[in-house]
Amino acid sequence: MDDMNDMRLVERAVDDKELKIAADGVDVFYGDTHAIKAVDVNILDKTVTAFIGPSGCGKSTFLRCLNRMNDTIDVCRVTGNILLDGEDIYHPKVDPVQLRAKVGMVFQKPNPFPKSIYDNVSYGPRIHGLARNKSELDEIVEKSLRRAALWDEVKDRLTAPGTGLSGGQQQRLCIARAVATSPEVLLMDEPCSALDPIATAQVEELIDELRERFSVVIVTHSMQQAARVSQKTAFFHLGELVEFGDTSQIFTNPKDPRTESYITGRIG
Amino acid sequence: MTDASTPVPPKSSLYATSDRVKRRNRSETRFRAYGFAAITVGVLALILLVISIVSNGASAFRQTYITIPVELTEARLDPAGNRDPAEMARVTTFGYAPLLAQALQQHLQGQGISMEGVTPRDLMAMISQEAPAQVRALVLANPEIVGQTVTMEMLAGGRIDGYFKGRVTLESAERDSNVSPAQLLLAERMAEAGLIETRFNWAFITGPDASDQRPEAAGLGIAILGSFYMMIVVLVLALPIGVAASIYLEEFAPQNRFTDAIEVNISNLAAVPSIVFGILGLAIFINFAGLPQSAPIVGGLVLTLMTLPTIIIATRASLRAVPPSIRDAALGLGASKMQSVFHHVLPLAAPGILTGTIIGLAQALGETAPLLLIGMVAFVREFPDAPPEGFFDPTSALPVQVYNWTQRSDPAFVERASGATIVLLVFLLFMNAMAVILRRRFERRW
Repeated sequence: MDDMNDMRLVERAVDDKELKIAADGVDVFYGDTHAIKAVDVNILDKTVTAFIGPSGCGKSTFLRCLNRMNDTIDVCRVTGNILLDGEDIYHPKVDPVQLRAKVGMVFQKPNPFPKSIYDNVSYGPRIHGLARNKSELDEIVEKSLRRAALWDEVKDRLTAPGTGLSGGQQQRLCIARAVATSPEVLLMDEPCSALDPIATAQVEELIDELRERFSVVIVTHSMQQAARVSQKTAFFHLGELVEFGDTSQIFTNPKDPRTESYITGRIG
Repeated sequence: MTDASTPVPPKSSLYATSDRVKRRNRSETRFRAYGFAAITVGVLALILLVISIVSNGASAFRQTYITIPVELTEARLDPAGNRDPAEMARVTTFGYAPLLAQALQQHLQGQGISMEGVTPRDLMAMISQEAPAQVRALVLANPEIVGQTVTMEMLAGGRIDGYFKGRVTLESAERDSNVSPAQLLLAERMAEAGLIETRFNWAFITGPDASDQRPEAAGLGIAILGSFYMMIVVLVLALPIGVAASIYLEEFAPQNRFTDAIEVNISNLAAVPSIVFGILGLAIFINFAGLPQSAPIVGGLVLTLMTLPTIIIATRASLRAVPPSIRDAALGLGASKMQSVFHHVLPLAAPGILTGTIIGLAQALGETAPLLLIGMVAFVREFPDAPPEGFFDPTSALPVQVYNWTQRSDPAFVERASGATIVLLVFLLFMNAMAVILRRRFERRW
């Protein structure tokens, strides 16, 4: 795992990737609170984009705008444009259910359903009708669990409850569950904050592999993690997007003094 | 932090408990004592209650029977001699009574049992007034036995029954105009000869109620059926309505003043005295909708109204107890709101919903006041039909039967009322046990 070295800033090729999500002038209000202020971000396909920033800076809120999970909060109001492949996801014709099938999400705390491992992974494909029969479903489950680097550990106990796995395994199960619906974008909200360092390393390694197929957006508190797994980094502070650029540039040569203060540990 | 101006506290030993800590420990000890005392009082009260009910009511499950051969004389029972039940039905129980008195007298003489101090009239009084009716029913059902001598098992009178259960003594009989010591002594001799026997009383559980004069024949059958029918109505109506209302309010309804008002009112409804629901039932279901009085359907509807708030409150609490992360997980996968509720939230809330429902049902089972108002207190001797027609037939209900029996003058009804309470408690205990078992079962799955 030496390629997971803490502050290694790799020569990451982030050129000529397709634009996946374009956010333009996004504002979010919680009642009277202005939580996100005029954020513009371009998220590329097959790239890991990290959102960093101090607690309460709005990075999770912004992440939850990308698959409209904020819709479930009554007082939350989103303005501005967020385009997924050129289509406005807040367009009145868009059903958030269909959007979330394309933009999957992994949460901070592992939250497997209290069902079997198999049922956890097969739930998404089942409700979206991705498999015509049992054998296709089996195939999707195996493929997803393999992608989440969990297959070897659980292949003999697929009927065991998902909640019986260890924390790291549960989080990988949640990733497998998200991957099983074949999303185009995978949002991860501090996926390692409840995990021990070994499980964290496994999940980080996994994120790096997922980049080959998906556009991954990850919110993290750990700058080392952002540096290790991402190619693009966005720094949020007090609801504003302070700086957005290549990870190597943000960590070695930040343009904004606030970014510099944060990554050197003076604010946050 | 360590400022020079801060006074340095004197060094204390860990072995010496400070006054402050001692005071805290004392108050904790006192609090524990209060709690223990409170629980002791509660448990003692419960034990006393159970002991008093069981000691009063256990005897209701045993009944005294007189077994003698009875000659079913054709001349009396079928004067026309054609065994036509329609014609035989003209002979009333008054026609049968002398037959039994005669049979008893003859049999005692034949066995050489002295009838010292007992007139034939007194002898007849030892047999329950229900006995001729039982024999008549048997004869009408089997006309061919007329003319034969059949060994009959007849209920003993209430006082004789009481004597074998210890309720009536020779001393109390002196003061009692309904029974004489001579009758009791005769009963004693008959018991020795094996003519009188006290044994388990199925009729108490399966039989219909009986009038004031024949407590020995009174049973709970119709009351149990009525309560059972009502529980079916309550379950069928209250569970789906309550669960649907809770899911809507908890998961779908917008949070505004209107839903807040509904919420407050549901909580208030749970505290409305049950007799108010009775008045409502009388006004709406009987007077307005024209449903029959004393019918389990009306009782069930009234109890449904009463149980709904309980079920809604319990269901909402258990829905709220499902962690939001489960909903997020489902929504994040692209499940619709309804899918997330029905596939994930509801199964997790099911144990709580079941418990709430069963507790609501148990409450409804024990409810008396609203049933009095809709006429379920009537004296019913006809068994109701099978559902669904039976829902519209008059019946009684268990708690109402208890209430009813405690109002009657004959002391034999005291044991009946306590016995009925035991039956009611057994049902409640059974339902609560079900609630516990179901909850365990569903929770253990994961």
